[in-house]
Amino acid sequence: MAAISKEETEALIQEVLEVYPEKLKKDRTKHLTVNDHEVEQSKKCITSNRKSQPGVMTVRGCAYAGSKGVVWGPIKDMVHVSHGPVGCGQYSRAGRRNYYIGTTGVNTFVTMNFTSDFQEKDIVFGGDKKLDKIITEIDQLFPLSKGVTIQSECPIGLIGDDIEAVAKKKSKELDKTVVPVRCEGFRGVSQSLGHHIANDSIRDWALGARDGDDSFESTPYDVSIIGDYNIGGDAWSSRTLLEEMGLRVVSQWSGDGSLAEIELTPKVKLNLLHCYRSMNYISRHMEEKYGVPWLEYNFFGPTKIAESLRKIASHFDDKIKEGAERVIERYKGEYEAVIEKYRPRLEGKKVMLYVGGLRPRHIIGAYEDLGMEVVGTGYEFAHNDDYDRTIKEMGNATLIYDDVTGFEFEEFAKKVKPDLIGSGIKEKYIFQKMGIPFRQMHSWDYSGPYHGYDGFAIFARDMDMTLNNPCWNMLKAPWSQSSEEADAVAASA
Amino acid sequence: MPNVMIRRKPDGGLLFYIAKKDQEDVISKVEVDNEEQWGGEVELTDGSRYYIDPVSPPPRFPTTLRFKRAV
Ligand code: SF4
Repeated sequence: MAAISKEETEALIQEVLEVYPEKLKKDRTKHLTVNDHEVEQSKKCITSNRKSQPGVMTVRGCAYAGSKGVVWGPIKDMVHVSHGPVGCGQYSRAGRRNYYIGTTGVNTFVTMNFTSDFQEKDIVFGGDKKLDKIITEIDQLFPLSKGVTIQSECPIGLIGDDIEAVAKKKSKELDKTVVPVRCEGFRGVSQSLGHHIANDSIRDWALGARDGDDSFESTPYDVSIIGDYNIGGDAWSSRTLLEEMGLRVVSQWSGDGSLAEIELTPKVKLNLLHCYRSMNYISRHMEEKYGVPWLEYNFFGPTKIAESLRKIASHFDDKIKEGAERVIERYKGEYEAVIEKYRPRLEGKKVMLYVGGLRPRHIIGAYEDLGMEVVGTGYEFAHNDDYDRTIKEMGNATLIYDDVTGFEFEEFAKKVKPDLIGSGIKEKYIFQKMGIPFRQMHSWDYSGPYHGYDGFAIFARDMDMTLNNPCWNMLKAPWSQSSEEADAVAASA
Repeated sequence: MPNVMIRRKPDGGLLFYIAKKDQEDVISKVEVDNEEQWGGEVELTDGSRYYIDPVSPPPRFPTTLRFKRAV
């Protein structure tokens, strides 16, 4: 879409919004914009983190999803109780593919679903007693669990249960960490507030456990990976690079992470923050309270990886700086071969993205390494600080959409005609039926890892496999087939 | 009266972060910034202004302070 001008993109937005009633149109206009490098602050061109309008399809989640699904869920050696009715936890169970090492049900519990399974009587009489009993049971059945988090679902806030009191009591009784999280789904406009609430609960109930305890032997090269959820093994392929350059990774948040790692994090020298949106809060807190600086990095695609490795190294001595160069050199042959193989097959293809967290801006570099162009991007639940960071990454006059509705996204895709769309499971089948190659970019479409040099090879293969798959030409939605074609199908049946 | 976290950017500039609004802006001007005191009227790059009674001795950043909206 390089040829398209700013005016044309603006006209496109107006055209798509035409069908809306006046009031909705006015609101949605604020969430859609044309990228312009001249603009320094995104709040001048885009509104974000607002309530979705009734009547449109949004793909946002709830605060519970942000806490249980994203921040706390992957901590492997704690039991995360979905406190409330059974559905919230059951329908989201293990969907995010946070890989971990351990024996599920013995010392790790990520893919299991624990719930207090609220019934009518719990709503009427309150569920605190039940919660108390559940925590005791968990301790008996899973003695190797290091703690429990109570992930509130909607009813808990509505009936006014005092989960904090239960947590304090049980924590004392069992001598284990018990964290109450007030992440009822109705709080906030999207999962984003759930991230914030979860960060705050880490801060208040877990992070300070080893304050004043100096028995941990630290080195000048201690770092932690924050905001990497190890989807398909992402954190592992990042960790190897950091270790190879001479750093010691003390903790992983929260993919394949443990409670002990959380407690040790205040003792590291630098926090490396991958997903800014979901964990900037705790990083800021650690900077203020413990003086641990934090640094955003990006491990998608060789260009950004090299940039990030050097940026990380610049916070350390020459040994690490040399280490970074060594790592980049070592993988050079590998990633050049990947680019040489796939670039000719992908060159010039246009991509539209619509994901959450960090991906709408972080993956752009990886596509560009393959010669592809991202012509539209957007976040489900970003805030303006995310868009500030996105403007620089995207090309001029490209589309940016916030909390895009099902209708808008479809219309944009029809008009912009991307060669590939990267978004979530809710969008996947619509676009596939429209005959547009699609990758599910939340959990890497059952593939991954995509982080690091190893991940880049898989990323390139997956994009090629999807884009150049011969099936797309054979797909035509039934309603766009001519009547002869439909007859032919009927006759062949 | 928002709670604001102020932290140093790598280039030495100061960032003004309003936690409640997830808004992060660069500070362009501080009224009083000397050995003894820090504060007064603070202007951000987007033109908005905030006020805090000068803090003495100057705080070590990062830190959280309570600002008033300047009129
Ligand atoms: S909105 Fe409430 S009921 Fe729905 S999934 Fe979230 S916590 Fe559960």
